[in-house]
Amino acid sequence: MRHWRRWLPGLLLVLPSLVLVGIFVYGLIASNIHTSMTDQHTRVEEGGFVGLQNYRDLFGDEDFRYSLRNLVLYTVTFLVGTLAIGFMWAWLLERRLKGEGFFRAVYLFPMAVSFVASGVVWRWLLNSAEGDRASGLNRLFEGIGLGFLQNPWWTDPDWGILAIAVPAIWQLSGYVMALFLAGFRGIPDELREAARIDGASEWQLYRHVIFPQLSPVALSAVIIVGHMSLKVFDLIMSISGQTNYTTKVPAIDMWVEFSAGDYATSAAIATVLLAIVAVLVVPYLVYTFRQERQR
Amino acid sequence: MTTDTLPPPAPTVAPIGRGRRGGSLLGRSLRYLTLVLFLLIVLIPAYVLFVTSFKGLGDATPARAWNLPTSWETAGWSRAWEQLAPALGRTFSMVIPAALISAILGSLNGFVLARWRFPGADIVFTLLLFGMFIPYQAVMIPLVQLMQDLQVPSGIPSLIVLHVVYGIPITTLIFRNYYAGVPDELIEAARVDGAGLFRTYLSIILPISMPAFVVVLIWQFTSAWNDYLFALFFSNARNGPVTIALNFLASGQLQDYSASMAGALIASLPTLVVYIILGRWFVGGLMAGSVKG
Amino acid sequence: MRVNTLRIGAAIAACAMLTLTACGSDDEGGSSSGSGGGEVEVFTWWAEGSEKAGLDALVKVFDEQHPDQKFVNGAVAGGAGSDAKNVLASRLQTNDPPDTFQAHAGAELTDYINNGQIEDLSSMYEDEGWNDVFPQALLDRLTSDGKIYSVPSNIHRANVVWANTQVLEDAGLDPKATYDSMDDWFAALDKVEAAGKIPLSIATDWTQVNLLETVLIADLGAEGYNGLWDGSTDWAGSEVGDALDDYAKLFSYTNKDRQSLDWPDATQLVIDGDAAFNVMGDWAVAAFDEQKKVLDKDYVAFPVPGNDGIFDFLADSFVLPVGAPNPDGTEAWLQTVASAEGQEAFNAAKGSIPANTEADTSSFGPYQQTAIEDYAQDEIVSSLAHGAAAPIAWLTDITSAVAKFGANQDVDELQDGLAEAAEKNAQ
Repeated sequence: MRHWRRWLPGLLLVLPSLVLVGIFVYGLIASNIHTSMTDQHTRVEEGGFVGLQNYRDLFGDEDFRYSLRNLVLYTVTFLVGTLAIGFMWAWLLERRLKGEGFFRAVYLFPMAVSFVASGVVWRWLLNSAEGDRASGLNRLFEGIGLGFLQNPWWTDPDWGILAIAVPAIWQLSGYVMALFLAGFRGIPDELREAARIDGASEWQLYRHVIFPQLSPVALSAVIIVGHMSLKVFDLIMSISGQTNYTTKVPAIDMWVEFSAGDYATSAAIATVLLAIVAVLVVPYLVYTFRQERQR
Repeated sequence: MTTDTLPPPAPTVAPIGRGRRGGSLLGRSLRYLTLVLFLLIVLIPAYVLFVTSFKGLGDATPARAWNLPTSWETAGWSRAWEQLAPALGRTFSMVIPAALISAILGSLNGFVLARWRFPGADIVFTLLLFGMFIPYQAVMIPLVQLMQDLQVPSGIPSLIVLHVVYGIPITTLIFRNYYAGVPDELIEAARVDGAGLFRTYLSIILPISMPAFVVVLIWQFTSAWNDYLFALFFSNARNGPVTIALNFLASGQLQDYSASMAGALIASLPTLVVYIILGRWFVGGLMAGSVKG
Repeated sequence: MRVNTLRIGAAIAACAMLTLTACGSDDEGGSSSGSGGGEVEVFTWWAEGSEKAGLDALVKVFDEQHPDQKFVNGAVAGGAGSDAKNVLASRLQTNDPPDTFQAHAGAELTDYINNGQIEDLSSMYEDEGWNDVFPQALLDRLTSDGKIYSVPSNIHRANVVWANTQVLEDAGLDPKATYDSMDDWFAALDKVEAAGKIPLSIATDWTQVNLLETVLIADLGAEGYNGLWDGSTDWAGSEVGDALDDYAKLFSYTNKDRQSLDWPDATQLVIDGDAAFNVMGDWAVAAFDEQKKVLDKDYVAFPVPGNDGIFDFLADSFVLPVGAPNPDGTEAWLQTVASAEGQEAFNAAKGSIPANTEADTSSFGPYQQTAIEDYAQDEIVSSLAHGAAAPIAWLTDITSAVAKFGANQDVDELQDGLAEAAEKNAQ
């Protein structure tokens, strides 16, 4: 009986936040899913219930499948790029070089800039003109004798979306580096020493001591970069714009349909996007939850 | 017990462990060479931004992106400033209250969820966390309607509400993990004294919360400052934040390149200053952004 | 000190709650002050260049005519208004309308009317006697169910070819030549290509839609083109198929960096002599004027081949949104827009034709004179790319199909996409 007196004030204190999140997250998700199952395809009409029709239409639409394909390509590239570069930087800086703080700061600074601001310059750098009229990176490549690297960047119908991953990697690699750096620094020296005394080679040391210690860091990097990547929107809006075909992703489609007044389709796209993010994040949250429980 | 909670964010960047030798001279030189090469690559966009922002009209074309200005002019900066200044003011008036309010909510929530737990606190926490990962597109259409029904004016007021509400998960997470590291004895001592919830929070927890507050404030400041999605749906060029104003400046048909680039720098300056002055904390904030440290 | 912290904390928390619940009581309409003047926010996509010059000239007249009202520029740049329209759509959606906004006459206006977003201006037309000063063909496109909803400011032509005389001569072409059909034009484009210049310059997606509509007009004729919008011409049919083949052929002559450009860049390629031809609406004339290029000497302008005698029309107009904060200011603005002085000042600077037939056009440039003549005698069709022919949702779908073609250059897919768009959107 005295027990609830003890915890009730705590519950009351967090209740407003819980209610807000309950409404603004869960309530609105439910409402959005409802809209996605109606035929409200213009601003004015109230939609009638049509079940999963909008989803069937979406997945039957080649252009939407192309958006999904783009999203997958982008996410894989973005993830591999940031993890590889971030890990390499952390590995290079791990041994306390002189000037470490400076390198770290420079590598990290793009993180502080908004995608809208960096989009301004990347739009320039990724200009698709080649040869005589080349500008941006294509011109730089030509100038330093790497002319064969010139390419149409984001206007390529097959791989254009990967060009959008370039600025994204530029922006987030430093962040992943910071995560790994913290991971490296969290490995007790004694562990390394012990391995060395056992006669482990450098490779074995990494394979059996360092990588296992870093895997939780890598996991959280994957979750964080991955969910950011799935939500990509700002960057595409400011580099290639909303009508460009080669850089279509679901978030852009959602905005285009929304501004054309097709709420049902827009809501369906948003729900698909949510489902994709949930596939990545929910297992992770469940796993974290279980871990908490065990303590 | 701390394996899957965040360490108190502050010290994570500070070098732990004694310095290990950097290896052979050749190894070290290679290392530096690689680092410098990457440094140059990372700085390419910054170079173009900076150089172009000082160019005159004919000089600022994509074809001459890599050249230094033929003459250093600040006209681009003043044109950008003219366009962005009102939006900058509005952004400050949005970001500061949004960051403060969500930090306070986060601190209270974090304290309760870490130290004054109620039955089901873990599941509640996990449900809260999910809110941090959702693509906001998934709530946008009904959200537009809801904000209209609540009659929250478009522009800064709407954005404050949104950044506070959708900031609850992340700020709660950071505080909860920070408070989880507070030694049990401290709390127990208060409990023995018969202190209630508020007294424990005010006398024990709040005074040691400074590091977490700084982290959360920086985090919320930057994410609200850099937000474009909410701003696009809930404000316009006249009452919106600087990301909207910058996009407006930069996406014009007759592109004013030097002003666009100067504008991008101006719009990034506040977050960069925060990051340079409080870099250490910023990294801490980044670390705290991960569910695991 | 702790007490202080608590107080501040409590105060901020209270503010948070207030923000969340009670701020609705505060009416945001405070920018206007009823009948006695105020601010008029005019929402346009006239943010730069000749468009901005036109707007500035118009504002000057407005300040003289209505000194008690203050003009507030709500311009949003980019994409021939497509960015602005998106922004506007979300503002109207959130009940945050400007005092007036720019809307193309025709189908685009119908959207706003059907959505109940703009007010009927019929009585204002009667009070001001505007029914007599605007041409009937134009008024028809502003009218729905016998009610008239907007005030036209200017008329533009979208099917014009701009060409650089020097480049044509260098390629062995006669600058004076015009081309009767697409095939004739292809022969000329081949010559330019052989001479190593860009034959036809183009920019991002909406300019490609603009090019497509002129090809449709050329190959289908005015009647066939109009039929696309009322269902009498089949989008999936072979005539449209042939037109799309021509479009694809034209597209193969264009510059590769088109997606990175907007129309001024594409026109600039012609001005600079990097490209021979550019298809663009006649707002482009201002770009030539600004750089002191002389018609028929430095550049030539003629209707897109096959478009002779057809005026691909669009008109800008202004409306009174439902719930405008300062309706008196809006009325004042509309009066200036409709007035002969306003139209002269605006159109002279913007390079368009006045909608008001009483405006004095004697001082207008040589290109505008020919356009005024053509407008009086040509057959008028509605432009697609500029929202006159099809509602926004349809245009959005067409733009997607055209943008996709720009990426993969698959004509069959383009036709499928266009037919699908028609099926989905045609009433």
